Amino acid sequence: MAIELKMPALSPTMEEGTLAKWLKSEGDEIVAGDIIAEIETDKATMEFEAVDEGTLGKIMVEEGTEGVKVGTVIAILAGEGEDASDIEAPAASGEVDDVQGEGKDVGREESEAEITKPKPKAEVRDPDVPEGTSYTSTSVREALRDGMAEEMRRDERVFVMGEEVAEYQGAYKVTQGLLDEFGPKRVIDTPITEYGFAGIGTGAAMGGLRPIVEFMTFNFAMQAIDHIINSAAKTNYMSGGQMRCPVVFRGPNGAASRVGAQHSQNYGPWYASVPGLIVIAPYDSADAKGLMKAAIRTEDPVVFLENELVYGRSFDVPDMDDYVLPIGKARIMREGSDVTIVAYSIAVGLALEAAEELAGEGIDAEVIDLRTLRPLDRETVLASLAKTNRLVIAEEGWPTCSIASEIIAICMEDGFDHLDAPVTRVCDEDVPLPYAANLEKLALIDTPRVVKAAKKVCYRD
Amino acid sequence: MAKAPKSRKSPAKSPSDDTDFALHSLQDALEKNKRFKASDEQLQHFYEQMLLIRRFEERAGQLYGLGLIGGFCHLYIGQEAVAVGLQSALTEGLDSVITGYRDHGHMLAYGIDPKVIMAELTGREAGISKGKGGSMHMFSTEHKFYGGHGIVGAQVSLGGGLALAHRYNDDGGLCLAYFGDGAANQGQVYETFNMAALWNLPIVFVVENNQYAMGTAVKRSSAETEFYRRGTAFRIPGMKVNGMDVLEVRQAAEIAFKHVREGKGPVLMECETYRYRGHSMSDPAKYRTREEVQDIREHKDPIEGLKKFMIENGSKEDDLKAIDKDIRKVVSEAADFAENLPEPDASELYTDVLVEEY
Repeated sequence: MAIELKMPALSPTMEEGTLAKWLKSEGDEIVAGDIIAEIETDKATMEFEAVDEGTLGKIMVEEGTEGVKVGTVIAILAGEGEDASDIEAPAASGEVDDVQGEGKDVGREESEAEITKPKPKAEVRDPDVPEGTSYTSTSVREALRDGMAEEMRRDERVFVMGEEVAEYQGAYKVTQGLLDEFGPKRVIDTPITEYGFAGIGTGAAMGGLRPIVEFMTFNFAMQAIDHIINSAAKTNYMSGGQMRCPVVFRGPNGAASRVGAQHSQNYGPWYASVPGLIVIAPYDSADAKGLMKAAIRTEDPVVFLENELVYGRSFDVPDMDDYVLPIGKARIMREGSDVTIVAYSIAVGLALEAAEELAGEGIDAEVIDLRTLRPLDRETVLASLAKTNRLVIAEEGWPTCSIASEIIAICMEDGFDHLDAPVTRVCDEDVPLPYAANLEKLALIDTPRVVKAAKKVCYRD
Repeated sequence: MAKAPKSRKSPAKSPSDDTDFALHSLQDALEKNKRFKASDEQLQHFYEQMLLIRRFEERAGQLYGLGLIGGFCHLYIGQEAVAVGLQSALTEGLDSVITGYRDHGHMLAYGIDPKVIMAELTGREAGISKGKGGSMHMFSTEHKFYGGHGIVGAQVSLGGGLALAHRYNDDGGLCLAYFGDGAANQGQVYETFNMAALWNLPIVFVVENNQYAMGTAVKRSSAETEFYRRGTAFRIPGMKVNGMDVLEVRQAAEIAFKHVREGKGPVLMECETYRYRGHSMSDPAKYRTREEVQDIREHKDPIEGLKKFMIENGSKEDDLKAIDKDIRKVVSEAADFAENLPEPDASELYTDVLVEEY
């Protein structure tokens, strides 16, 4: 059967090109791999290679022709046993025919289905703590460790890897005691090689394990961010839901104390911008434990952002066998009616302090801890805004393209009618974090700034 | 101060403890006996597999030319013996494979249906990734094929993780991690070599040296062009293999896999091969001469080489032609399938972003 040779698309964007030169003539024998012609695209001159065998029967487009549309028949190839001279040349035209099996471009009809975005699960609440449950004051550091240890007892596939997590007992002692209990198979010291071990952790998750990858701090995870985003976050989607990647990347995030610019950054907004990731940033011990357990159990990849300055603070944790919190739900830390302060991680502490101070001035502030940055609990934020009509975001991080920016967008889009004042953000100053004690203090968010902003939106300044 | 852990023993013996370490031990074994003694059945299987990859890729190139395949499309033509020789030696359902974006050949060598691969290339709902991955992002967990990765070198450390999972589960499996001569200059490759050797992971690193990292010849990009030597610093034994001879590749696989399965740690295998086509479909390949490509095609082609060997050993030319005819039919059917099925439904846009609901 005669084969039509068509003008090929030689780049992702090519729509037409110039047939620069024929390297074969009518009547020539062609074998697969022969270069038949040279074609000029907008970028380069490309060689047009034969795939089929036969005799070049008829050249339909002369060399030197410009503006030849992709898909135009440029020559006819006679197959085995055919006489090239017998070939009936189709009428040359600029129209491109669809030929069955040779690029019949079907199946591209507009889909009538609607694009539906996933809706948050309705009425998911924190587990009820039964009456009479006792509480134990626990540091955030211990709560995180307890969460990991409980899940490691529960599921053999869970293991921890990272720098100094085993024999040194954790650079910040978060993994203290895990090596003793679980041994070196499940608590693995890595070399200082973030990109490599983040990849190994991610690959182990693809292979069916449940890795917890500790970064000594999230500043170092920038070396590994490719695996967090390109390998972990996108895999489920790219595989059409076939390949999962249940890995937890965890470690301290945000400014510590006097460690300078390279060791002091909040990556919450970076990761929260990536579809396919879960981003959690708890504040107190109960949330740290309950959300750590949820992070380890979920089938999705999680970035779990802790805070070094909060590790040592102690809060009550309910004495329950299996305290697992829902991902994607904010928590109202303090109810109020005059103004909403939205915060996460270390800034929740500042927001609560600010609320105390505001109470003394007759302003009743509601404080929301987002807890999860992705998926963000829009409903809780908007419900609070509908109640207070004024909203301030407190965030230990840069203001530009921040979680605060995102909350402001949500309030503008879906809460505009409830607003009695512009939504205001209180963030760090927009500079790399300085070392000098006085400058560092100036650069970081603090309680007085949150108080000031809250008063401003209440028109009380 | 934390109390001392009970066990201070690391799980594996440190590679530096092994004073008898011989980088050349595996290469020596290969030199002694270079070609795998294949049965007639195996020979025919290799021939069919390589031909299937060749014809599939030619057709993919055509469909790209017709605008049915978009974006980037990296063809495996010329390199067929590498995937076929290595993967034929794996234990099905146990060992895992991971590679970069030039992945069609590895999937075909795994026996994955050409239809769902081609349909992924054309971005149709019947594609192996539901049309959401494309040429560079295909996976089959059923076959333990873990991609299909678009970031050069990423598959090497991910492969280290798959190997870690084999060892963690103590399932006796190994991971075969392919990468190119271009990826061989990525830092994470060496980070992974270090950890794989340190932890004695069951992994075979395979450098498919096709001579060009996109448009840059090996000697213009690499201080050490003998890639099999690059494990030396990590005490990983190397092997240099003619990647244009499927029987030599298979023989090398036997030696390397045995070493790994005996718990002796990773192997670095360099397969010298050649890519006939450009780096991707839009590469005019001006960095090499037409004569260079033609010379390899005429003298080193892996399929022609095997065909010659089979005929010398009693196969009939007509039988081999009949195989070719059958394969053309399989590929045509795959192309028809991939052209005629619908694109994914609009309702699929937001599915599979996350596994769970929150």
